[in-house]
Amino acid sequence: MGRLNDLFNKKKEDVLNVYCTAGYPRLDSTIEVMAALQEHGADIIELGMPYSDPLADGPVIQHSSAAALENGMTISILFQQLKELRPGIRIPVILMGYMNPVLQYGFEKFCIDAATCGIDGLILPDLPIHEFEQTYQGILQKNGLDFIFLVTPETPAERVRKLDSLSTGFLYAVSSSSTTGQDTVRESPAQYLQKLSEMGLKNPVLVGFGIRDKAGFQAACSHAAGAIIGSAFIKVLENSVNVNATTKSFLSSVLG
Amino acid sequence: MIPAASGSQTLKDATNEAIRDWINHPDDTHYIIGSVVGPHPYPDMVARFQSVISEEIRWQLEEKTGYPNPSKIIACVGGGSNAAGAFYHYLDELSVELIAVEAAGEGVETGKTAATTRKGTPGILHGSKSLLMQTADGQVVEPHSISAGLDYPGIGPLHAHLFESGRGKFLAVTDQEALDAAFELARLEGIIPALESAHAIAALKQIVLKEDENVVICLSGRGDKDLATYMVASDRY
Repeated sequence: MGRLNDLFNKKKEDVLNVYCTAGYPRLDSTIEVMAALQEHGADIIELGMPYSDPLADGPVIQHSSAAALENGMTISILFQQLKELRPGIRIPVILMGYMNPVLQYGFEKFCIDAATCGIDGLILPDLPIHEFEQTYQGILQKNGLDFIFLVTPETPAERVRKLDSLSTGFLYAVSSSSTTGQDTVRESPAQYLQKLSEMGLKNPVLVGFGIRDKAGFQAACSHAAGAIIGSAFIKVLENSVNVNATTKSFLSSVLG
Repeated sequence: MIPAASGSQTLKDATNEAIRDWINHPDDTHYIIGSVVGPHPYPDMVARFQSVISEEIRWQLEEKTGYPNPSKIIACVGGGSNAAGAFYHYLDELSVELIAVEAAGEGVETGKTAATTRKGTPGILHGSKSLLMQTADGQVVEPHSISAGLDYPGIGPLHAHLFESGRGKFLAVTDQEALDAAFELARLEGIIPALESAHAIAALKQIVLKEDENVVICLSGRGDKDLATYMVASDRY
């Protein structure tokens, strides 16, 4: 498929994917934030569709989702805004969200509208493999949309291979635990990513590990094709008076 | 004990937080849930655990009446665990009428309700597809009920099936009707029911009973936990 594959064909390392929430910090700031991310060095944009019950997100993104809903963001409004996505935004854009709002919008209609706006792929962490294969995979393929599954350190190797075979674009490796130490000896994130990189997966792996700065980004990139930054960026946006300047200073602190 | 500080700080948010904690600590944490909701296999597991209720109903009725089947079983439904347990061994006994009672809150049409079968549409929450109170955009709507245990915007998938197939009959009881029933039961029987269970008792007023019917009402919880609410309301009784 399209932009994601092109990107990973050209860029094998240090790929930076930055998450932002649609309709945050203001209802009409979606495109402004995305343009700033592109201008200052993001390779991929992961655009979050706000949901009332975002189970896979931590407090910072929960807060931005609630604020975006408060601002009046809906999927219909988002697609209105995304009509202006291309050609100004040239880098890959994937939508991240939860099944219920997509289901209510109509899954197929959602895919058609997303593809029409130039969206490249989808992440829906609460869509299970079985339902994906049975009902949704074909619709995504028909509309040329990549679908990205998540794996964690607790995902058994066999399931990692299955999720890799179903994913297109890239595979999303998340940390499942922020706590370390205690009395159990845990595999370090580096060991986990090393193991993933030795599995010979078909997709490049991007890491989302609570990465917030240059050191974290470089550590993640030493074992994977790149990394995803979410909460740390949302946090600086919260108090931003100038989205472009904030994004510039944030991204230069990560990449510079 | 960790209070849920996110969202509306109700049962659904506590469920969100429990699932998030499990996601973050999968190597040393087992997830369990008290209701017949959540991702498979939890609704099935909880229904089986709760099924001891209908197992005991059968024994006790057999012992008292010589016949294990009542004509009706009435149970309150939030997520629906006690109802699932009370119905479980009677699901295929079609002569037994299964009556589920939802919390109407301040009234089914007031916008402050938890009557999911009346106001809900198919949706996904907490990893299962069922009936869900939600906006047209698929955002989950805050439920309301005087009882904390019925204050949930969905129902377990088993109950959605009982509703849609017609096997279960679903009634709705308001906060006020539940309070009335609780005080009536306390006066008549000396039993202080949980506010949740009081909904099942209140539903009796909506049901026409024949003489000699054996009706089982699931008194799913004690009212000790609701005394603060009962004491505030006691002036009116």
